[in-house]
Amino acid sequence: MSRYPGFNTSRRSLLKLAAAVGATGTLGLATQSQAAKRIATRARIVIVGAGAAGTTLANRLVERLEGAEIMLVDGRQDHYYQPGFSLIAAGLKTPEYSITKTRDWLPSGVTLIAEPAAAIDPVAKTVSTASNKTLEYDFLVVAPGLVLDHGAIEGFSLDMVGKNGIGALYAGPEYAGRTWEAASKFTEEGGVGLFTRPSTEMKCAGAPLKHTFLIDDIASRSGAKGKYEAHYACPQNVLFSVPIVSEKVRMLFNSRNIATHYSHTLKAIDPGRKIAFFETPATTSPAVGSGTSIAELPYDYIHIIPPQRAPEVIRQSGLSWADKWTDQGWVECDQKTLRHLRYPQIFALGDVAGVPKGKTAASVKWQVPVVEDHLVATIEGREGTETYDGYTSCPLITRVGQAMLVEFDYHNDLVPSFPGVIAPLEELWISWLMKEVALKATYSAMLRGKA
Amino acid sequence: MKELTFGTLIAVFEEIFGHGLWWFMVAVAVAITTLYLYVLIRDRSMSMRKFLWAQLSMPFGAIASVLYVQTMTSSHFRDIGGPIDVIVLLGVAVMGAIGCAILVYTIQSLLHEKSEQSLAGE
Repeated sequence: MSRYPGFNTSRRSLLKLAAAVGATGTLGLATQSQAAKRIATRARIVIVGAGAAGTTLANRLVERLEGAEIMLVDGRQDHYYQPGFSLIAAGLKTPEYSITKTRDWLPSGVTLIAEPAAAIDPVAKTVSTASNKTLEYDFLVVAPGLVLDHGAIEGFSLDMVGKNGIGALYAGPEYAGRTWEAASKFTEEGGVGLFTRPSTEMKCAGAPLKHTFLIDDIASRSGAKGKYEAHYACPQNVLFSVPIVSEKVRMLFNSRNIATHYSHTLKAIDPGRKIAFFETPATTSPAVGSGTSIAELPYDYIHIIPPQRAPEVIRQSGLSWADKWTDQGWVECDQKTLRHLRYPQIFALGDVAGVPKGKTAASVKWQVPVVEDHLVATIEGREGTETYDGYTSCPLITRVGQAMLVEFDYHNDLVPSFPGVIAPLEELWISWLMKEVALKATYSAMLRGKA
Repeated sequence: MKELTFGTLIAVFEEIFGHGLWWFMVAVAVAITTLYLYVLIRDRSMSMRKFLWAQLSMPFGAIASVLYVQTMTSSHFRDIGGPIDVIVLLGVAVMGAIGCAILVYTIQSLLHEKSEQSLAGE
């Protein structure tokens, strides 16, 4: 038997490898200690809302400021990972997937006032809480999120979700779970699936499409195969605000035989007869004249997304735009710096900000460093330099296992993070992996102020 | 995605497999690699006979790792949509193949130390 050629390994080469690994670790620690240069201040900073935006900002400010009094005002005990709702409502995750405790994300050195804000006085610079506690501030960041106006849909209430073919995944993890109960019945039995979206600004404008794509995909491979129709009804005349994405979705809807009903605003449902009522523009007959009419669409499964507005505490505080979104009340702020246009010590973050785009967690990730920069700069007596250009991202799921990683800005330009590698308008597995697994990890890192 | 740090990458893997399973897999991978290095240093050479068996096991490792990742991420082969997906898939397969080869080589070395030494003519 001949001797086989081979290579020799020595203890010395092993030691070299260990030394290299050790050096890499040390470099990492050195970078961390350099970042710890904090600014001394006694500023009182109140953040209304401990959701994605409020929590991320609190974690970052604690790293930047020494001696600041940072107060977070939020009555909700649970923190919701909202990008998970679409997955829960398609049976891919359980409701627990999206639920953590608000308190667990907060750093030490931040005071959580666990009750809702009841009033904001931007002139006296105070925030009052539900138990009449008054907080004085030097800087105020409003990040309370938005409210879902379920009452605007006549005949519908949240206790109906999950039964009689009614879904409403925006309402929270539990409701997303119940939405899947109703949707899964549809994917087995078939019939007419009716998917809607509201006429107002809304968080994650891709989610109505994702739910449509996911339920259609699951139905096409389940008991409902060949026995169902999917209909998408929207108040707008496009499927997505970014024209090039809208066109792509239109083509995908065509290829999947998903019927589209433009200019259809959901106004009411009749759960007993399973009929939805939509306000539509005037009929084509010149005799009827202009105005609106009501169209009826039958359903076996309907997904309801109600109109969305700024919380009452914001709308009553005089912080909203006076001439824009008057029925919705988003905060009047500069769209580049998110600073209030009339009260320079107030900033808006997240869903509540009155900017053309950006009611997503991805936007929050880009917005928070901008507000942080301008707030800290003001404390230091200089001008901030960071700006927000409307970046938002939507891993637009087109079926279980594929998504399009759509990223865009205020100008409706696509701004891909991985140009030439991950094509924004291609249905890709890697984009699905990003949504299904990578997003929650990066979201958690963001909340902790690390990304 | 704004930046991808090492910490985020770890968090991504924890998310895919779950915290406990991920760190268990890391521990198993570290243990096998350590044993592999141990047998290489102990034997002072690489046996091509063992390596042949290790190579024969590689396709199985590749297929198993791809199926495993697909199961954990609710995915299928039909979801491959573009070149980058093929690259990711091949990357998973290559890692599975190499991992399997190291595992098979190490097990053989630990079980058949003496017989192999005589075969190698040491």
